[in-house]
Amino acid sequence: MSWNAIDAWWWPYVFIIIAGWIATDIWRWLGVLVGNRLRDDSALLIWVRCVATALVAAVIAKLIVYPNGSLADFPLWLRVGAATAGFGLFLATGTRPWIGIAASIILLVAGRLLTIG
Amino acid sequence: MISPANPAGGFYWFVRGMRGILSLPAFILFCSFVGFTGFVSQSGIGRAEAVFMTGSIWALPAMVLLVTSALGNAALPAAFLTVTLSSIRLMPMVAALVPEIRTKKTPTWALLLVSHFVAVTAWVFTMERVDKVPPEHRVLFFAGFGITLTSCNMLIVGFGYSFVGDLPPLVAGTLFFLTPIYFVTSIWASAKDIAVYLAMIVGLVLAPLFHQVAPEFDILYTGILGGTLAFAIERLIRARQAKKTAGSEP
Repeated sequence: MSWNAIDAWWWPYVFIIIAGWIATDIWRWLGVLVGNRLRDDSALLIWVRCVATALVAAVIAKLIVYPNGSLADFPLWLRVGAATAGFGLFLATGTRPWIGIAASIILLVAGRLLTIG
Repeated sequence: MISPANPAGGFYWFVRGMRGILSLPAFILFCSFVGFTGFVSQSGIGRAEAVFMTGSIWALPAMVLLVTSALGNAALPAAFLTVTLSSIRLMPMVAALVPEIRTKKTPTWALLLVSHFVAVTAWVFTMERVDKVPPEHRVLFFAGFGITLTSCNMLIVGFGYSFVGDLPPLVAGTLFFLTPIYFVTSIWASAKDIAVYLAMIVGLVLAPLFHQVAPEFDILYTGILGGTLAFAIERLIRARQAKKTAGSEP
C-alpha cells in the first residue's frame, strides 16, 4: 500500500488525502473544539500558547540543526553560527525581523562561499 | 454588526486580509515554497500531485515528510503516522488562535472551515495583527489572508515546477534557511507576554537534546515538556511579582 503500489492516476491522490490531508486537518479540527472552550485570559490558554510556541521552536531548531535537502550540505557550525549571530543582532537592534533575517542570510551565504573555497 | 467606531464592513476586512500577501511573512513563505518546489520536482512526484498536496495539507513540514515517505516506499499507515505525529503542533496553534479571532456569535462550522488555513506563517501573521481588526471581522480577515496565501503558493508550485528543478545548491539551501530564521524573529517580535519568550528559548534548546533520545517524537516531547516548563517558570515569576506588589503596599 505504498505510493507506487497501485498503478492508477487516482491512487497518489488517495494517498495524499489519507496520509496528508486527514492526517493534518484532524489536529486543526480538534484545535477548534479545544480553543472554543478556552477563556481569553485563562491560565490554561497561557499553557496552550506555551506548548504551541515550544512546538514551533522545535520545528525551527530541527530545520537548522537537522535540515532536509540542499541545506544539509552546509556545515553545521555555519548554520547554527549564522542563525545565532543574526538573532543576536536582531535583539541588539530593537527586534526588527528583517535585520535578523538579512544578517543571517548574508552570513550563511558568505560562509558557504568561503568554505567551498 | 456595523458600529460607528468601525464603519468598515466584513468585505473590507476580507480584502485587508488578502492584501497581507504583500507582507514580509508572505514573501518569505513564497521563497520557502520555491525551495519546496525544487525538492518535490527532483523527487519525481508529478506536478498535479504537488499542487494538490500544497492546497490539501498546507503545512510545509508535513509535506516534506509525506514526499520523503512516498520516496521511501512507506506503507500508507506508516506515512499517515509520520505525518500526523509531525502535525500535532497544529492543535495547540489553532486552540491558541481561536480565542483571538472568535466572538460569542461566531459559528463553530466557520472556525472549522478556516482552521484548514492555519500553518505557522498564517498563525504568526494573524497573532501579530489581529489586535487592529474589529473582533466581529477577525475570522474574515484571517480567511482572506489564508485563502489567498494558499492559492498563491499552489500557483508557485504549479508554475515553478518546470523551472526550479535545477536551482544551484547554494540558492536552494539559502531558501530553506530563510524559513526558520523568519519564524524565530517574527514570533519573538510579536510576543506580548514573557511566556512566549520562555517557551521559545526552552524549545530551541530542548529540541536537539530530545532528538538524540527520541528522534521520532522530538517535536512532540519538546512541545509538551518544554511548553510546560516555560509555563511553570512564567507562573513562578508572576507569583513573585504579585508578592512584591502586595508587600510594598502600605
